[in-house]
Amino acid sequence: MSSATATTPLLAIDDLAVHFSSGGGFLSAPKQTVYAVDGVSFSLAAGETLGLVGESGCGKSTLGRAILRLIEPTRGAIRFEGQDITRFSQSELRPLRRRMQIVFQDPYGSLNPRMTVRAAIGEAMRVHGLVKGPTQEQERVAALLARVGLREDAMSRYPHEFSGGQRQRIGIARALAVEPRFIVADEPVSALDVSIQAQIVNLLLDLQDELGLSYLFVAHDLKVVELMSHRIAVMYLGRIVELLPRQDLAARARHPYTLALQSAVPEVDPKKRKKRILLAGDVPSPIAPPPGCAFHPRCPIAEKGLCDRERPVLRELGPRHQIACHLAEKVAPGGAEHASD
Amino acid sequence: MTAGTVPALLEVRDLCTVFETESGTVRAVDGVSLSVQKGQALGIVGESGSGKSVMSLSILRLIPSPPGRIARGQVLFDGKDLVQAPERELRALRGKRIAMIFQEPMTSLNPVYTVGEQIGEVLELHEGMDRAAARARTLELLQLVGIPAPDSRIAAYPHELSGGMRQRVMIAMAIACRPEILIADEPTTALDVTIQAQILDLLARLQRELGMSVLLITHSLGVVAEFASEVMVMYAGRVVERAPVRELFERPLHPYTKGLLASVPGADDAELDRPAADGGRVRRRLATIEGVVPDLAHLPKGCRFRDRCNEAIAACAERDPVLMDFPGGRQAACIVAQAALGAV
Repeated sequence: MSSATATTPLLAIDDLAVHFSSGGGFLSAPKQTVYAVDGVSFSLAAGETLGLVGESGCGKSTLGRAILRLIEPTRGAIRFEGQDITRFSQSELRPLRRRMQIVFQDPYGSLNPRMTVRAAIGEAMRVHGLVKGPTQEQERVAALLARVGLREDAMSRYPHEFSGGQRQRIGIARALAVEPRFIVADEPVSALDVSIQAQIVNLLLDLQDELGLSYLFVAHDLKVVELMSHRIAVMYLGRIVELLPRQDLAARARHPYTLALQSAVPEVDPKKRKKRILLAGDVPSPIAPPPGCAFHPRCPIAEKGLCDRERPVLRELGPRHQIACHLAEKVAPGGAEHASD
Repeated sequence: MTAGTVPALLEVRDLCTVFETESGTVRAVDGVSLSVQKGQALGIVGESGSGKSVMSLSILRLIPSPPGRIARGQVLFDGKDLVQAPERELRALRGKRIAMIFQEPMTSLNPVYTVGEQIGEVLELHEGMDRAAARARTLELLQLVGIPAPDSRIAAYPHELSGGMRQRVMIAMAIACRPEILIADEPTTALDVTIQAQILDLLARLQRELGMSVLLITHSLGVVAEFASEVMVMYAGRVVERAPVRELFERPLHPYTKGLLASVPGADDAELDRPAADGGRVRRRLATIEGVVPDLAHLPKGCRFRDRCNEAIAACAERDPVLMDFPGGRQAACIVAQAALGAV
């Protein structure tokens, strides 16, 4: 797509959609469709991080899970290592699971409370036939724990004995146990205190540099996404509204939603305080997305007759910069940064 | 800002709240003092386990007991010590002169009553209004906190509202009796960033228009930086630094504050990346505070932050530092900062 690499990307998503039906039971409200993800396309190169940022209900987590086929897509195609895996059966997917992993926000929910750390990590290695015998398994688990910054004595302990940051390290170790090439990191630092968050962010960066991993880094915190990613995709109500290289975010972003998100992030440096763009209202429901541009009811520059009628498509605005906004050319780039008070 | 000519509206002196646990008595709040002036926005920032929430709950004696207990100290409000006051007096105070809002409004709102019934109840109970007067005032309040179409929302149940709207309802209920102090414990933590901006904007407007003091408790340095005029940083049950907001962020004194600030993504405007050997770019790493907060049941001797501190000296293992005054009306509990700058 937008990346100019000549080689096949590791992952290519084309027009992916996930629609859920809700209601429709006996005596309940008529059946409705939730457009959780509605036509998303992007590609990801080996060793690259695409940051996926947006607010609750924008579909970012659903998108991450749909790519791994943990949720079935309604439409579109997922190509991984050049293969179209969209219609793969579960048994065809199994060997691929080794190469695509996920790290969750709350590793506690994804770790079996009755399994020691050694057993949980070792199991993944065994299932995929990556170790020969318990000695090798023991060694590999120990090496992995050391790599994610845990002491060897962590092996014989249970998930509840660890702090949130340590549990996230275990979650990362378990994902790495099968030597994946691609990891969906779904809000991996959102539940952590700021000093612990920094440790995990650095660990993920180090692991990527060492192992050449690709990440889809899903988060609601624009600052964390900016730090982690090579490119950033901003989602709103099931669609990507802007996609651009991270170094362009501050100065070149133009989508009014991206600018509002940027300006809403509380700034710790009193000298860098920006003029805040306060958006009115809440994120609309993905059950009945507004007609035209889904953002128009909250958009400070929406034009009547255009934005409330025609749905903008994601289009090239500049090199490696895509946007879905009719009025992008009229917006001062990086608007929020320059509007000092 | 410092204690002096104007008497403080609320003054906490040497507050100590303990919990009985399996591993012994734990001091969740260990000798905290603070004062809030009329109309002031004081921010209290700290990570999990710093004691900031227990401290705020202790002010209104809302600590579940057992296992919790205020072991020592005073909470002076309007000449009365709330720690010693009879429960009856506290009940008359809570929600009327000192109000409180929490992170998750759903847990504070009753799911089986409408928004109007819940706010109306506060007005009937504390203000002695009749039903009609309470309804009229409720509509005013909903309007004041920016709820669109209050006429229809007054009949809504909490689950019918979005998270941001629920927090607005909580704020409407909290300010119903025009409290002198609003204690806001992580009021925006569960909200999306654009909604958080709306709620902070609303709180700042109400503080200004109603001349209300706000005690804002949060883990977010960004939120305190934007909202408070003065900030206290808590660590392991203690206040480690206190300063006017601008000074704190421009020139933190305590190594913990410095570490926290450095670990916020985007805090440092230095280049995000530097060029790598292969022509690519190396992404910048965040500064971190190594290790984790100490177990309150097994605190190290000396300074509680010593194990994680990159400035610690031998003396830090010996002496448990107290809050010391520094130039510029600020305070910090660090003997290294004291040696470098000279406490007043």
